[in-house]
Amino acid sequence: MDSPPDTPNPDRREFFKKASAVVLGGIAAAVPIGAGVPLLLDPLGRRDTAGAAVHVVNIDSLPVDGTPRKFTILASRKDAWNRYDDAPIGAVYLRRLEGGKVQALNVSCPHAGCFVDYASASRTFLCPCHNSLFHLDGTLAQKSSPSPRGMDSLEVEVRKGSEVWVKFQNFQAGHATKMARA
Amino acid sequence: MKTLFDWLDNRTGFRKLTREALYENVPGGSRWRYVWGSTLTFAFVIQVVTGLFLLFAYSPSTKTAWESVYYIQHEMTGGWLLRGIHHFASQAMIVLLALHLMQVVIDGAYKAPRELNFLTGIVMLLMVLGLSLTGYLLPWDQKGYWASKVVASLAGATPVVGAAIQKVIIGGSDFGHHTLTRFLAIHAGVLPGMIVLLIVVHIYLFRRHGLTPRQPVRRPDVAFWPDQVLKDSVACLAVLATILFLIVSPRLFSPDAPLGAELGAPADPSEQYSAARPEWYFLFLFQFLKYFPGDKELWGSVIIPSLVMGLVFLMPFIGKWKLGHRFNMGLLLAILIGAAGLTYLAYAEDRQKPEFQLATKQAHASAERAVALARLRGIPESGALTLLREDPLTQGPKIFARSCASCHRYDGHDGMGATPSDAASAADLKGFGSHEWLAGILDPGHVAASNYFGGTKFKDGKMVRFVKKDIARFDARQKEHLNKVVMAVSAEAGLKSQAGADSRDTTAIEEGRRLFAISEMRCAECHQFRKKDEDATAPDLTGFGSREWLISFISDPAHERFYGKRNDRMPSFGKEHQLTPREISLLTDWIRGEWATAEPVASVKR
Ligand code: FES
Repeated sequence: MDSPPDTPNPDRREFFKKASAVVLGGIAAAVPIGAGVPLLLDPLGRRDTAGAAVHVVNIDSLPVDGTPRKFTILASRKDAWNRYDDAPIGAVYLRRLEGGKVQALNVSCPHAGCFVDYASASRTFLCPCHNSLFHLDGTLAQKSSPSPRGMDSLEVEVRKGSEVWVKFQNFQAGHATKMARA
Repeated sequence: MKTLFDWLDNRTGFRKLTREALYENVPGGSRWRYVWGSTLTFAFVIQVVTGLFLLFAYSPSTKTAWESVYYIQHEMTGGWLLRGIHHFASQAMIVLLALHLMQVVIDGAYKAPRELNFLTGIVMLLMVLGLSLTGYLLPWDQKGYWASKVVASLAGATPVVGAAIQKVIIGGSDFGHHTLTRFLAIHAGVLPGMIVLLIVVHIYLFRRHGLTPRQPVRRPDVAFWPDQVLKDSVACLAVLATILFLIVSPRLFSPDAPLGAELGAPADPSEQYSAARPEWYFLFLFQFLKYFPGDKELWGSVIIPSLVMGLVFLMPFIGKWKLGHRFNMGLLLAILIGAAGLTYLAYAEDRQKPEFQLATKQAHASAERAVALARLRGIPESGALTLLREDPLTQGPKIFARSCASCHRYDGHDGMGATPSDAASAADLKGFGSHEWLAGILDPGHVAASNYFGGTKFKDGKMVRFVKKDIARFDARQKEHLNKVVMAVSAEAGLKSQAGADSRDTTAIEEGRRLFAISEMRCAECHQFRKKDEDATAPDLTGFGSREWLISFISDPAHERFYGKRNDRMPSFGKEHQLTPREISLLTDWIRGEWATAEPVASVKR
């Protein structure tokens, strides 16, 4: 690209060359990056498959005195390419209430997601990680608790008079309000 | 802003560096022939960038490698594009390496004082080939798996140390989890890291000794920036455009061709893949090897290629002699022509091999099927291979070809699309039990043809005589009756393909069941149908062609319920353990057209 002597404006020509070099080089560099970013952000476009209700136990196996019992929830689950039938997707505390009703609490702590223990001596829930304390009904039992909210209750239904069906769901930890995890 | 830059410059001296980088002298002005080094660097950068992104989604184990690549290719946003760029840029690198090498040798740019520069370049060339070899296996698909096995075996054939080397590289005595983790470490860590170092050395040396101008220098020198940079940018963009074109080009020829890099069926160690070939730029070595059979193999796989590489390494020193440069040019030309010729021969040989064509076709079909099943059902924990192993559409034809096709046919072929050399000696089972199939067997013109009883001892039997004599003389009313009987018997199979007709024609089917028994139709003279008949001598037609019927029949055709003592040559596959129960049910489901499909029926066909 030698400039012929009669070029009217060599400066302009030079600028044009520089600009095109930068633009073209920029495009060339941007494409491979541009192709990767969508893949990186791919999880944002995926929803947690909110599960349908599952049959967990029959009400007879829950103590009449209202002591909570822990159950693993088995459901079909998708993890990227894998599909699992009957994989453990979480756990719940089930507690028999007055009038044939049942209460279901997600065992995972709303503070940072540790599994909450049941302390039978004090009949409370105690989180082993940072000692959040909850009443039997799941509400906060401390004035200032590490956990920003009480334990997460789940939709539960007693079908045919005895089958306990729970709609299992996880919620975003660390917030005062209970938000479904997308 | 300026103060910030001043501070930075003071601490790093970046201004001087940039100036040096940009204002490198280009003797004789910028030229297109100088772009190859830059395009190569560019292609390498593409590989590093796209490779890093791929690492975010790739999972190296025999149960997850194919699966994660499938997920990248078919589920993740833009995954096909990313993978496509990585795949085709790797091929572009090989081409660019060849061009760069040619330019360097032709221009004599390898001669003193640039020997070291040349040597680092050749080492990088070998490393890029190593990248290609290791990358080929990572998707863990049939073609990568079997091609890599060949390479590993060749490495293992090296005397004395071969076996040990092979074991270390593949992480065990056979391919497995650690083959993938090792290949990934080499592919994404070791080699790229070493190449980066060498590129730094290579470019440093290049800058130190300057460009080798094309003689004679006619035009004035210019600075690297902007003239040569512009040319380099244009060339890089052209490389990129070519890569993108290669990714989308299959679509130009067929609207539903897969975009980007191919992903074969998941690797199956039990399923020899006869279409296994290395990447096209290794084909010449593959072909070369064919000329060194048996104990001479080492010459083709190791000794001669090493000697040639040795000569290439010596080029800078050979170049010192009077005729050295000529010799080097000749050597390069010989290598290129030889490689091109061998590549052509490899392709030409494959094109003339029908088995290769068939194997390739089957490979595509099972790749498509694996993806379709993964989409349809999700992949079980045991990996995608399970999907194919439990799929009637995949396994049925293979079992049929192996165990049935010596006598039977399926739509005229052996199930896999090949025509056996021996003539058929038993029925063609495509559509077995369907209305059409039954109408054929009851057709006087067809019953004794080779696709029904023609090849069996029954061709002179009662049934054939009945069809040829009695049915041939049926009047219109009787033919109408017969048609209803066919409807009734074909409904027994409960075929998916006939579900619509079966539920529509219930009255005719009822009627047909009644007509089966009337003496005029003569069916019940020999066959039992829907009620106990002690004197039945021919196969029971109750549930004819149903899953249960067919499984029982294949397991033991000589059972009382079927041919009894009159059974022709058909083995009792189940009773004699020639096929496992699993194989029999896969075969049955395939013959009956029972396999998973998306709604509406997917375009997966054999
Ligand atoms: S996770 Fe439960 S208290 Fe912190």
